[in-house]
Amino acid sequence: MKNRFKVLRAERDWTQADLAEKLDVSRQTINAIEKGKFDPSLPLAFKAARLFGMTIEQIFEDEAG
Amino acid sequence: MSSSGKTEFERTILRNTKILGLATFAWVFSMAIATFGPKFFWESMGITAFALLVNTGCGVGMIIANMKHIRALDELQQRIQLVAMGMSLGVAVVFGLALSLVETSGLLPIEADISYVVFLICITYMVTLIVASKRYG
Repeated sequence: MKNRFKVLRAERDWTQADLAEKLDVSRQTINAIEKGKFDPSLPLAFKAARLFGMTIEQIFEDEAG
Repeated sequence: MSSSGKTEFERTILRNTKILGLATFAWVFSMAIATFGPKFFWESMGITAFALLVNTGCGVGMIIANMKHIRALDELQQRIQLVAMGMSLGVAVVFGLALSLVETSGLLPIEADISYVVFLICITYMVTLIVASKRYG
């Protein structure tokens, strides 16, 4: 699944550590999500959507769709 | 974020890891006492039973600390742990039973000791943890 984590984070001038702290996860998890190596769970995706003030569909894109 | 550059989440994980490390050390130490005590320090069965009781208590403490540690991890870290534990369990069952069969069938003159399996579990767990962490790193 593609996502816009890196772009959205950069737009807000946040480091991976900043985003990790806001989402209450490790930096490794943010890095893995940004690189597309790990797809977050629905609760984490909703949390990220709330944080960025967007919908899940605006952040994540299903590559199969 | 604190002055140490660690987030609250990372500090919690670090604290839980330290507690788990201490609990593991206590368990290993009490195991050594219970194992070597009767050989070198005492002959009383009562003291041996007490040492075993302490060792079991430390083991339960270690299990609780491990559960607390895993619960506090985030979803990626939990997945990595799951992969490592699943691989360790699989290797332990497959090679443990194979080793037992080798002994009972008399194929090789070896003694299937539980410590071999524990050693195998530890090595498999550590290697899988490193490989899985690198994969998601």
